Amino acid sequence: MKRFILPLGIFVVIAVFLGLGLRHDPREVPSPLIDKAAPDFALVTLADPGKTLSRKDMLGKVWLLNVWASWCVACRQEHPILVDWASRKQVPLIGLNYKDERADGLKWLAEGGNPYDESVFDFEGRVGIDYGVYGVPETFVIDKQGVIRYKQIGPITPQALRDTIEPLIQKLNS
Amino acid sequence: MPQITMNAPSLIRRLQARALHGLAVALLACSVYGGAGLPTGLPQAQAKEAELLAANPEIEARMLAITAELRCLVCQNQTVADSHSGLAGDLRQQVRELLAKGKSDDEVRDYMTQRYGDFILYKPPVRASTWLLWFGPGILAVIGLMVLVHILRSRARMSPEAFDPDQPDDADAQDALNRR
Repeated sequence: MKRFILPLGIFVVIAVFLGLGLRHDPREVPSPLIDKAAPDFALVTLADPGKTLSRKDMLGKVWLLNVWASWCVACRQEHPILVDWASRKQVPLIGLNYKDERADGLKWLAEGGNPYDESVFDFEGRVGIDYGVYGVPETFVIDKQGVIRYKQIGPITPQALRDTIEPLIQKLNS
Repeated sequence: MPQITMNAPSLIRRLQARALHGLAVALLACSVYGGAGLPTGLPQAQAKEAELLAANPEIEARMLAITAELRCLVCQNQTVADSHSGLAGDLRQQVRELLAKGKSDDEVRDYMTQRYGDFILYKPPVRASTWLLWFGPGILAVIGLMVLVHILRSRARMSPEAFDPDQPDDADAQDALNRR
């Protein structure tokens, strides 16, 4: 009986580690940008190619940057949640229209509703790279000093809004 | 025992089928994710890449060497050099431009880790949080050797009576012995 104890012990240790591994989502790569200054950008808006919006314009406010695209499947799931949230939100929501066609992006907003105070147009995806975007949708919470405080990878859920994003906004605004 | 030997080939076949199935799903997922960036632009993108490749062979060679050690975050088991995802194409272009501006290979790698973290490096840096990763296998090998030496030494000290005489372990060996 005694000779089984060691292999059994090793098996249990391995099983526990593998079990913990199953609970990690390898698609969620922690961003090195958390608690760092949000990268600078100055982009034309989706609605008006003559109008520019930059990170500096947002200083002094807590705001959300939501990366979206009309070709993005998971954005379709997220969009109604954002539209619903837009009616009761306390802070500006800026869209980063990522590697999209302008006409497609505008059509998307016309059809699904526009939850954004403004959407900027990142046709080449350069700002996306600066923000470490790798899977759309992604959402950044940025504080009054222009520092990234939180990054949501994948679609925003009502649960994420209620449990994480809204309390964080309240804390940053107080 | 015989039952297991009969089942082993079919088990292997089943595992192979599952592995192939997994591979197919992964490839499909990558083509969906990868194609998403440029829904209709893939052939043009490839043509553009070929053109750039011819334009400056020296920068292309350095770009390929660097991106071969960067993980594509969309298709995580591929390198940025290999992947057809839209993001990988953008990152290759970004590396080209940084190199053309005179950045060193290390500066390009720093640029990537600032944005995507160490996760993008297939060869992570040696630091406190990665010590287990780098030295764990060596430590395990040393422990294994120590256990092996301990067992061999304790067996060498045992008297010959402590061991059973060798038993043939299957019928063929038994026959061979009988024939002798």
